[in-house]
Amino acid sequence: MSRKKLSRRQFVTATALSSAALITAPYVRGAYAAGKLSMGFWDHWVPNANNASTQLVNEWAAKEKVEVQIDYITSQGNKNLLTIAAEAQAKSGHDIFSMPTWWCHANSEQMESVNDIMGPIIAENGEVNGTVKYLGMADGKWMGVPACVGSQIKGPCTRIDLMKKHAGIDVQEMYPAGSQPKADNWTLDTFLKAAEACHKGGVPFGIGLGETTDSVDTCGAIFQSFGASLVDAKGNLTVKTDAVRQALDYYKKLISFLPPDVAAWDDASNNKWLVAGKGAMIMNPPSAWAVAKRDAPQVAEQCWTHGFPAGPKGRFAPFLPYFWSIWSFSKNKEAAKSLLVHLSKPASIEKMVVASGGYDLPAFEKLTTLKVWQEEGPPKGTLYHYPNPYNHQTLSIATSPAPPKVAQQIYAQATLTKMCLRYHQGEAMEKTLAWAEGECEGFMRT
Amino acid sequence: MADVVVQQGTVARTATRRRSGLQKALKRKSTAAFLMTLPLILLIACLVLYPALYSVHLATLNKSMARFVGFGNFEFLFKRDTFWLVVRQSCIFAISAVILKALIGFIVAHFVHNVPANKQRKWRGMLLVPWVIPPAMSTLAWLWLFDPSYSAFNYTLSFFGIGPIPWTGDAMWARFSVILVNVWYGAPFFMIMYLAALKSVPEQLYEAAAIDGANWWQRIWYVTLPMMRNIIAITTLFSLIVTFANFDIVRILTAGGPLDHTHIFATWAFRVGIEGSDIPLGASVSLFMVPILAVAAVFILRDVNKRGNEA
Repeated sequence: MSRKKLSRRQFVTATALSSAALITAPYVRGAYAAGKLSMGFWDHWVPNANNASTQLVNEWAAKEKVEVQIDYITSQGNKNLLTIAAEAQAKSGHDIFSMPTWWCHANSEQMESVNDIMGPIIAENGEVNGTVKYLGMADGKWMGVPACVGSQIKGPCTRIDLMKKHAGIDVQEMYPAGSQPKADNWTLDTFLKAAEACHKGGVPFGIGLGETTDSVDTCGAIFQSFGASLVDAKGNLTVKTDAVRQALDYYKKLISFLPPDVAAWDDASNNKWLVAGKGAMIMNPPSAWAVAKRDAPQVAEQCWTHGFPAGPKGRFAPFLPYFWSIWSFSKNKEAAKSLLVHLSKPASIEKMVVASGGYDLPAFEKLTTLKVWQEEGPPKGTLYHYPNPYNHQTLSIATSPAPPKVAQQIYAQATLTKMCLRYHQGEAMEKTLAWAEGECEGFMRT
Repeated sequence: MADVVVQQGTVARTATRRRSGLQKALKRKSTAAFLMTLPLILLIACLVLYPALYSVHLATLNKSMARFVGFGNFEFLFKRDTFWLVVRQSCIFAISAVILKALIGFIVAHFVHNVPANKQRKWRGMLLVPWVIPPAMSTLAWLWLFDPSYSAFNYTLSFFGIGPIPWTGDAMWARFSVILVNVWYGAPFFMIMYLAALKSVPEQLYEAAAIDGANWWQRIWYVTLPMMRNIIAITTLFSLIVTFANFDIVRILTAGGPLDHTHIFATWAFRVGIEGSDIPLGASVSLFMVPILAVAAVFILRDVNKRGNEA
């Protein structure tokens, strides 16, 4: 029996090889070698629209060997906001979360910077609009990647027939499918005259004055068209200004041409107003039109989504973006960033927009002319101008340019619509302004 | 050696005494009861006590939750007009709803009490329906009835040339609507509690009162009400707490509008804390209810104890 002697060199080599094998073993690419990733996505109201996101995520997960879990969280009853608050408090939860409008800033300290991926995404997809920067960036840090899913413009959705009949305005001619808008005469004055004519004709515009977002967004855009803001970008109070007075006066006139119950409207009321065929216009993304397509096709085929009327300081339309943000407590940030890059590829974005029937809007300038908006109908081209393809209006959010944490308070408390209602109900202008100033002072607390 | 034996004996006696002490403690009814309720106590501590203390902690932080501000949030609230509007509305909402629920519950309980025994079950079941339906669901049905544009009530009233009434669009009507729905939902609870209390009033007392020549009102005032006092007090306290803390009815029906005229503590706390991302201020708004309810609870429970001792 021969006995083989282990040399010192052989021993060192064997030890080194075993150690290397032990250290690298976890990184051998098994089925889920790159770990786990969970995401809380906004639950889309369009049936099956979530499938596109699921497919894209699974496709990426299979390629990158990551185990994924997607939770679709509804915004009904603000369930998504409650989940955000809970995860922020617990510092635990999903890795990626779909943050609506103000919630990146509200949780800015807990948002992972995505500057490293935003550069290449913007280079590929084009620049983002000012509102996206205002809501998604803090001190030069991108707090999330603009998500197309759920992002929307709340522009006018007009009944072609009723507008032509009562106000003599041909919205298809003003916003022709496939070409530039010819909307120079589409001003707030024209809008007011049309509102009056449609009111007289028994089909008033359905613009809410409640405390939910649709009402606040419309009010915000009209205020901005007058250059009116309650707090400026530096945080100074600008309530008692001529611009605010002009906006209030305009709204007072407009309210008298709206349905008498608009003070009680919520975000569903304007949709019902249009679908029931009771009004000539509402301010909404194409969700109301999509419901009409299913429930009242004769109404849907007369709907045309187009741009906002212009005021003395410009043409503003409410834009409400969502962001895919990574929590700072995420345990797999690199994988999360890789997924967000995948979801932000032009092909991925187009897939999601198509799945939503054109409802979702990418925030990037190169992606506002997708085929889906040219082809959706009836009537064909009804959504052509929905994504603002010619940049003829400034996409904005109500209560900007106030510092976002102050603006969120003004927005959530619906201070703008409350001002309009108080003034309309007979309160003196200066009293309304003093009330609003007091409210805004309170919102500035840190 | 003898010392060791003596010492061992002392140790053994002490151990036996300790064992028997433990056995005695375990045999004691109160210890057994405590141990049996311990899981529930722990559950309450986790699900009620911890969140309550956590919300107290939150209420002492600044908006960004980075700094301790003591009572700073409350000081801030006391200077806000909207806060005092909410305080006033919460009191109007809770007090008027509880009074109406108690009154309706009392009257209906009497009606049901006088229904022949074989038909009572049917009536009790029917009258409890509003209370057993989850309020979020039933309030949605009320929302459709009050809908600003398509109200079924207004449609019906239009046949009589009345309306349309702005059920949720006018401050007064909106307040009326939320109180009405709360009364509709809560009155059956009062009814069933009062019915149980009515059944426990000895019949002999009414007979004695009748012999003394007491009329209907005197029987109610001198027999029924004194016999039901404790139940009325406990039910009122319980309902006051629940009504003050109501959220779903107002949230679904008006969301606090128009012009904040139907906000109550819970809905305004949600608006400020969750929708406005100012969680410390939201926690402070909701905690403001605690002293009000604590004072009510002390007075009512003290009265109940006093009467219990008298009995």
